[in-house]
Amino acid sequence: MVMPNEIAFYLIAAFTVAFAVAAMTLRRLVHCALCAAAAFAGLAMIYLKLDAEFVGFAQLLVYVGAIAILIVFAVLLTRGDEVRPGHSQSSPSWMAGVAVAVLVLAGMAMALLLSPSLQRPAPSAAVAPVKKIGEELMTRYVLPLEMVGVLLTGALLGAVVIAMREESEVKRPARWPAPRRAEPGEAINLR
Amino acid sequence: MLGRGILRGLIETWRNFQGSYYDPARLTTVQYPEEKLPPQENARTIPFLVYDGEDPLAGLRCTACSICAVECPAHCIEIVKDTAKKPDYLGKMQFHPKVFNIEMAVCMECGVCAEVCPFDSIKMDRVFELSSDDRRMVLQKSDLAKSNDYFRKIHPAEAAAVDAARAEEQRKAQAKKDASPVPVAS
Amino acid sequence: MNALDQIFVSTEHWLAGLAPASVRPLVAMLLIIAGLMAVFGTCFALTTILERKTLGRMQNRFGPNRVGPFGLFQPVADGIKMLIKEDIVPFSADKAVHFLAPLALTVPVWLAFAVLPFGRNMSAIELDAGILFFFAIGSASELAVFMAGWSSQNKYSLVGAMRAIAQMISYEVPLVLAGVPVLMAAGSLSLPDIVQAQSGFALGWVPRWFAFTPWGLAGFAVFFIAAAAESNRCPFDLPEGESELIAGYLTEYSGFKYALFFLGEYLGLFAVTGLAVTLFLGGWQAPARWLEWFPSWGWFTVKFSALIFLFIWIRATLPRLRMDQLLNFAWKFLVPLALINLFVAAVWWKFPAAMAIRWLLCAGLLAVPYVWLGRHWRGGTTELRRYGYAE
Repeated sequence: MVMPNEIAFYLIAAFTVAFAVAAMTLRRLVHCALCAAAAFAGLAMIYLKLDAEFVGFAQLLVYVGAIAILIVFAVLLTRGDEVRPGHSQSSPSWMAGVAVAVLVLAGMAMALLLSPSLQRPAPSAAVAPVKKIGEELMTRYVLPLEMVGVLLTGALLGAVVIAMREESEVKRPARWPAPRRAEPGEAINLR
Repeated sequence: MLGRGILRGLIETWRNFQGSYYDPARLTTVQYPEEKLPPQENARTIPFLVYDGEDPLAGLRCTACSICAVECPAHCIEIVKDTAKKPDYLGKMQFHPKVFNIEMAVCMECGVCAEVCPFDSIKMDRVFELSSDDRRMVLQKSDLAKSNDYFRKIHPAEAAAVDAARAEEQRKAQAKKDASPVPVAS
Repeated sequence: MNALDQIFVSTEHWLAGLAPASVRPLVAMLLIIAGLMAVFGTCFALTTILERKTLGRMQNRFGPNRVGPFGLFQPVADGIKMLIKEDIVPFSADKAVHFLAPLALTVPVWLAFAVLPFGRNMSAIELDAGILFFFAIGSASELAVFMAGWSSQNKYSLVGAMRAIAQMISYEVPLVLAGVPVLMAAGSLSLPDIVQAQSGFALGWVPRWFAFTPWGLAGFAVFFIAAAAESNRCPFDLPEGESELIAGYLTEYSGFKYALFFLGEYLGLFAVTGLAVTLFLGGWQAPARWLEWFPSWGWFTVKFSALIFLFIWIRATLPRLRMDQLLNFAWKFLVPLALINLFVAAVWWKFPAAMAIRWLLCAGLLAVPYVWLGRHWRGGTTELRRYGYAE
């Protein structure tokens, strides 16, 4: 008799895998992006099933709320969505790709199945209230936290720098007057 | 940018909100079919024909001179003169119209006919609820004739001026008749 | 009046007790879901008509007053109209995504009501990370906006959707940052705990709500403004207002799908208002000890209604912000202010409660950046526009 717990897990896993496969195989790129977002949500459900509340909601917030939107923006702004008639969507060397994927899967499966941690009894689900996560982040894992913060700040600054450089590279025709801020009380003459 | 303008705006809309319950200046809506706006002196819509006294046919001021039909920019007035004559308010014998039709679908309510009429007989009415479910947009003489009392009601100042002018004319005509009496044939 | 206070909880227990023991949790959950949907559905209908009437009164006119007494059946008339309208889907639209977008918007928003504590013992789920759940759900609905705009295959819809997403993402940052000092003060992410942390009265009569502290007031203001922007509410309703002028991501939607979009938007407004009441205004706590006879869900309703009225009042007063003004306001004014607020909240907690100096210090630490940022922030630019790519 399959426990309801296992049924739930199989359903969530099927959901996630189905959307991940759809994300690879659909024709239109935006559909693939949306299916990837659904796969992220499936992952969040797996985290929640393991009682990891913080990680599950953070997964939703970050992946579905930010990264999926980033992906769709990237797809749209670079016009990668055009369906070219006459070209097949899969690459000609798909057999090599399948071979590499099977090799990677085999390697990982071997590593997992032969690892000693499967011999040990399953530990009880660790209780990780958010308070404890916060304390650990601030004491034991403070260095990785700060490094990640520095990395994210660097990424943000880099994005701003890239965007700024694009604007300043644009030539302006000589007949535009140099822009200046209007004095208080001065009428702005838009010719 | 500190939010002072926003606060002042908020106070004003709050005053609007609370004033709308008791202050008529703060709730200026006139709920149309039940309430109507007070009419104004110079409002005009379609033309009508004025008659003096009780009888529309006998008191009609129109003499079928056709000036309004000629001046009408939209050419919507149709007049057919009657052969018989009848006396006007000064006693002179004048023609009167047998047929006087205005096509209201064409009339653009400009008021030129009322301006040019020498007999003060066609004036601008104020009715605007003209919707009907038949296509009858041609108003005939019987529909157009309305009494001078009605004219006084809708345009009091203009009617008073017209009545004063006509009374003056009558007085002058009477004075002339009294000054040089018609010799009585004996 | 404890019985009145717990009337919903005891009703739900009694009704669930009527079911067999094996399905009792399921029945209890279904009852709660049905109750929430009924209450907030009615709230949505009432809000549409009351908003129109209130806006009308603030604009020197009546609102709708023909359908039913004082126009109160207007939402019924609107609902019937939406239901019988023809559902037009553009020929080249992406049918699946076009169909799913209104659902993807509305369903996560219903989920957000599960964590709000509406009264004593009255939150549907007591999660350890309740606030995080709330914000995660809020960010999931942005993808639905994109789906709506893209699937219409309409350039104006797409641009409108992009603008709407940019606005929602930009204002999520001040929203979350304004809520963080509350988490610091309460020491927990769970919403019933946050309400509990605001219990008690300082000086015997001032409630210990977070809005009555300097950092709480600033945080409440920032949260309120960001909440208005998140649910596309005037003065931030550029995605909505554009639909009247050019287009917007709602163009190609007609009939009931359009109604679903507006349902989703209003429900989002209710959810975030409920969160504001919980975080800053003490949730279901009464404002004075002698007022505690009034049930806790009644106090929640009163505070909730007051905030909704404030949203309507601001909508009647302020003009719409332009896109660049909107984004500048978020990034250059609200985010620095929210970060400074975080620092000020930390300073507040450094001083023990007895010292009155901490009021002055924190108020000063907040007022100075507010005035400085306010004077130096320009809403958009007054220079001549430089069109970089149009040559």
